[in-house]
Amino acid sequence: MIQKTFTGVLLDERAELSLVELSRACSNSTEWVIELVDQGVLEPVGPEQARWRFSGTSLLRARAAMRLQHDLDINLAGVALALDLIDEIETLRERLGRIETTANR
Amino acid sequence: MDFKDYYTVMDVERDASQDEIKRAYRKLARKYHPDVSKESDAEARFKDLGEAYVVLKDPEKRAAYDQLGADLKAGQDFQPPPDWNAGFEFSGSDASAHSEFFESLFGRDFGSAQDDRRQAGFRARGEDHHAKVLIDLEDAYLGANRSISLRTPEFDSSGHVITKQRTLSVKIPKGVKQGQRIRLSGQGSPGLGEGHAGDLYLEIEFNPHSLFKVEGRNVYLDLPVAPWEAALGATIKAPTPDGLVDLKIPAGTTGGRKLRLQKRGIPGEPPGDLYVVPTITLPPADNDAARQLYRKMQQDLAYNPRSELGV
Repeated sequence: MIQKTFTGVLLDERAELSLVELSRACSNSTEWVIELVDQGVLEPVGPEQARWRFSGTSLLRARAAMRLQHDLDINLAGVALALDLIDEIETLRERLGRIETTANR
Repeated sequence: MDFKDYYTVMDVERDASQDEIKRAYRKLARKYHPDVSKESDAEARFKDLGEAYVVLKDPEKRAAYDQLGADLKAGQDFQPPPDWNAGFEFSGSDASAHSEFFESLFGRDFGSAQDDRRQAGFRARGEDHHAKVLIDLEDAYLGANRSISLRTPEFDSSGHVITKQRTLSVKIPKGVKQGQRIRLSGQGSPGLGEGHAGDLYLEIEFNPHSLFKVEGRNVYLDLPVAPWEAALGATIKAPTPDGLVDLKIPAGTTGGRKLRLQKRGIPGEPPGDLYVVPTITLPPADNDAARQLYRKMQQDLAYNPRSELGV
C-alpha cells in the first residue's frame, strides 16, 4: 500500500487565513471572530473585513479564546485580559528560564 | 474500574451546598484550565473536574452518586450495582469523553449522537483532534517525514462506535520550533451528515538532545576547551546540528562567555543563531610531567584568581 504523505500548514506568523477560514477552524461564526478583533485579541492584516488575513498564531489564540470562554464562562473582554496575562507570564517564564540556565553554568 | 471520588476532586465536603459546588468548580477550573496552568497534569485534572461538576451540579445525578455509598474510596475497584440508578432520571448530555467510571454510571454521549444521526438533515462538524509529534533537533534543520498513529472513534454500519487506528505520514517542514502546531485540515473526525470533517492539530516537541539545548530558534552548545586554547586562541572543531564546523576561539576567552555563530540555529525567517558556550576544563595532574607543568605555572605566572575578592 502506498502511503500518502500529508503536508499540513505550519501555524506560524507566515500562515495566512481569511475570516471565513478562521471562523470555520474554530467552529464559530464570523461575528464571533470580528468581536475578537474588536477586543484586540486578534490583529488581522488588511484594510477591510473581506480582505483580512490572519496569521497561524491568530488561529491558536482564537482557539484558546474559545476554550476559555466556553470552559470558564467568561465574556470576551475577560478572555482578552486572560490571554494578555497568559502571554506576559509566558514571557516572564522564558526570561526566568534563561536567567536560571546562565546562573547554573 | 476505579471508583472516582468527585467530592475530593472538587475539594468540597460531601454535604456541600450547590452554591459551594459551583464556586469550587469555578475556582478550580480557572486554576487547572490547560490554557492557563503549566502544570503537566493540568489537562487530566481539568477533565476530572469537569466530570465531577457534571455529576455534582445536577441534583438528580448527585443524589444517585451519593447513593453509591460514602465508604467507597477513590481508586477502589468498583462495579456499579445492577439497577443502581433505578428511580432517577437523567436528561441531556453536556460533556464529551468522560471516564469509564462516569460512562458506566451515566452512559455515553455517543448514544445521543447516534440518534441524532438518523434524523434527516442533521449535520455537525467532526471533532478536531490533537496529537504531539516528537522530532529530533536535526529534523528541524532538515525537515522530515513522521508517521503518526491515531485512534479515532467512528460509526460502523449499524451505528455503533468503534475505535479505528490509522497511521498518517506527515511532512514536518524545515524550520519548526518547539511548541509550534501544524494543522491538517479535514484529518480530524468525520462530520455527521453534511458536516465538515474536523481538523488534526500536531504539536511539535523536540526529543531532548545530549549536546544541544534549544530556545526558540536559538541553539546552545556547551563546548569544553583546554586552558591553552582559551588563553592563546585556537581553531577547534565543534559539532552543530548541521555537521562539524571549524570554530575560532579568540585569545583570552573566559568560561561562560558566549560565542555566537550567526544563522547556525534553526533555519527560518529570521534563522536562529547557534551559541557556543566554552567551558574551560583542566587537564588532570595525574603524572609527574603534568604536576611539574602546574608547579611551573604556579611559580612563573604569579596568578591570583581571587584578587578581586581582596584575599
